[in-house]
Amino acid sequence: MKKLLIALMTTTAALSLAATAEAADKLKACWVYTGPIGDFGYSYQHDQGRLEVEKVLGDKVETAYLENVSEGPDADRAFERLAREKCKIIFGTSFGFMDAEVKVAKKFPKVMFEHATGFKTGDNLGIYNARFYEGRYVLGQIAAKESKKGLAGYIVSFPIPEVVMGINSFILGAQSVNPDFKVKIVWVNSWFDPGKEADAAKALFDQGADIIVQHTDSTAALQVAEERKLHGFGQSSDMIKFAPNAQLTSLTDEWGPYYISRVQAALDGTWKPDNVWLGIKDGAVKLAPYTNMPDDVKAMAEATEKKIAGGWNPFTGPVSKQDGSPWLKDGEVADDGTLLGMNFYVKGIDDKLPQ
Amino acid sequence: MDIAVNILLTIATAATPLLIAAIGELVVERSGVLNLGVEGMMIMGAVGGFGAGYLTGSPWIGLLAAIIAGALFSLLFAVMTLSLATNQVATGLSLTLLGLGLSGMIGTSFVGQPGVRLPNLDIPGISSIPVVGRLIFGQDPVFYISIALTAAVMWFLFKTRTGLTLRSIGDSHTSAHALGIKVIRYRYLSVIFGGACAGLAGGHLSLVYTPQWVENMSAGRGWIALALVVFASWRPWRVLAGAYIFGAVWIGQLHAQAFGIPVPSQFLSSLPYLATVVVLVLISRNKRLTMMNTPASLGQPFVPDR
Repeated sequence: MKKLLIALMTTTAALSLAATAEAADKLKACWVYTGPIGDFGYSYQHDQGRLEVEKVLGDKVETAYLENVSEGPDADRAFERLAREKCKIIFGTSFGFMDAEVKVAKKFPKVMFEHATGFKTGDNLGIYNARFYEGRYVLGQIAAKESKKGLAGYIVSFPIPEVVMGINSFILGAQSVNPDFKVKIVWVNSWFDPGKEADAAKALFDQGADIIVQHTDSTAALQVAEERKLHGFGQSSDMIKFAPNAQLTSLTDEWGPYYISRVQAALDGTWKPDNVWLGIKDGAVKLAPYTNMPDDVKAMAEATEKKIAGGWNPFTGPVSKQDGSPWLKDGEVADDGTLLGMNFYVKGIDDKLPQ
Repeated sequence: MDIAVNILLTIATAATPLLIAAIGELVVERSGVLNLGVEGMMIMGAVGGFGAGYLTGSPWIGLLAAIIAGALFSLLFAVMTLSLATNQVATGLSLTLLGLGLSGMIGTSFVGQPGVRLPNLDIPGISSIPVVGRLIFGQDPVFYISIALTAAVMWFLFKTRTGLTLRSIGDSHTSAHALGIKVIRYRYLSVIFGGACAGLAGGHLSLVYTPQWVENMSAGRGWIALALVVFASWRPWRVLAGAYIFGAVWIGQLHAQAFGIPVPSQFLSSLPYLATVVVLVLISRNKRLTMMNTPASLGQPFVPDR
């Protein structure tokens, strides 16, 4: 019985807070994740960033994190708790933490807050994001080259701007290679459910797609591609181990450098709320090594990657909306505000966007 | 034709873990114990199964380990609720929370590692027959186990004396006790059976459905299994029907989306739940029969007087 109690207690402790407060003169940097750090996807990559902070800044900092924090009202408590536990800088890593962070940031004016992928800022609340859509353009081009049927299956979670932007960028990339390229879209209404993702991949393959793209986090879809001897792209982490013959490349997130620079700024006392949107050129969006494709496709992908790193935006006109009405004029580049609020498809997508 | 076969195969894979976990829980509830820890036992099975399979390289050892992991974990619940007579609802809920956390801790080193997959049945010459071959002779082993298990539980509960005794305990543990039936022993065995089933369902997730380990990978399937038992009014064949309706509507809506039918995806995603509930409520609309099937002492703690 006693043993059981101890086991129970240690687990709850481990669950709630991995690292605990010890020395007072260290700067405490904290993270809030929406998924488990063991998802090998989005939250995992953020946590890799946290570990890099620990490695580079060493004993000047101590870090802590809360995982599995659900988006919505519950998130308030998570942020408040970290603020009370003397975290000096807190990173909220999911879109759905936005309102919670705004609220808690007002309550704790001396704590520095950072929110990923949102659009609300404050006196002590900065925002940061990564231009994943840049990478998705490259994926689109590869898909159009590699797909024999000219049809890709696209597994998505929720219709938020981030996701819609990705679909649009993907299809623009694909159609730059093959103007008739089509994409079938399936919404699984979940960020993380390996089973559902696998089912969606099977459904898409059964309906004729021969390449799979995902904006969900697990490796399940790629594993299905591997089984069926077809191709696909990884998400968040390099998933080549799970699909050595199926993964063409993987769209990975590298948060480490950004986190290090922000925690360093906090240490130096130069931290100010910021609004940054990092892309391929900053090294925040990376494409895993190109595999399972001929050299000419690889060369094309590398060239596009270089072009984007050089400042070219995939959302450069002429681009029409889904209904054919003009959106961007020839040479016109979409502004960040429009992209961050994107709630429409571009021409060439058959799906109806859920509202 | 190929697409139809593929769809049926996908449905079977989606329904199998629900069916196994629900059948196990059905036996537990028939004995009068409400174990809300299905999700926790399932995830322990998933991590145990993945771990053993990954470390030994044998998916079969993995599957065995999944069953053992689920059974051992349910033993914890049995000791608490049966020997110490704690509240079953609270204990079951904490079992789920503990399982989700503990599995994450155990599985840390398995994250990002490709595991092993349980191979599909392959009988030379027969499994390659179009349609029938793949549907009946070419699925994963756990699928066959799930069907056999359902049949066995049906036979056991309604055709054997031990099954009758088990049901009588679920209806009135005091009467059963007065007749000299070892209530606690029966319940221990039921709970452990339920745990083993949940573990097997978890093993199916990490060794067949999606051969990998990631935290929370059961993603609520334990809860769906629990709901299936209630809506199926504690009848095994209805659990089977429920699991397959759920699977079919779920896969059907994915195909509908991929096909491009203009219905909001949020509605489509909720369809499996709606359809399953509606169908099972219709099946069990006979109130008297439902009352008869409901284990009357479900969830009540039992402390034998000496």
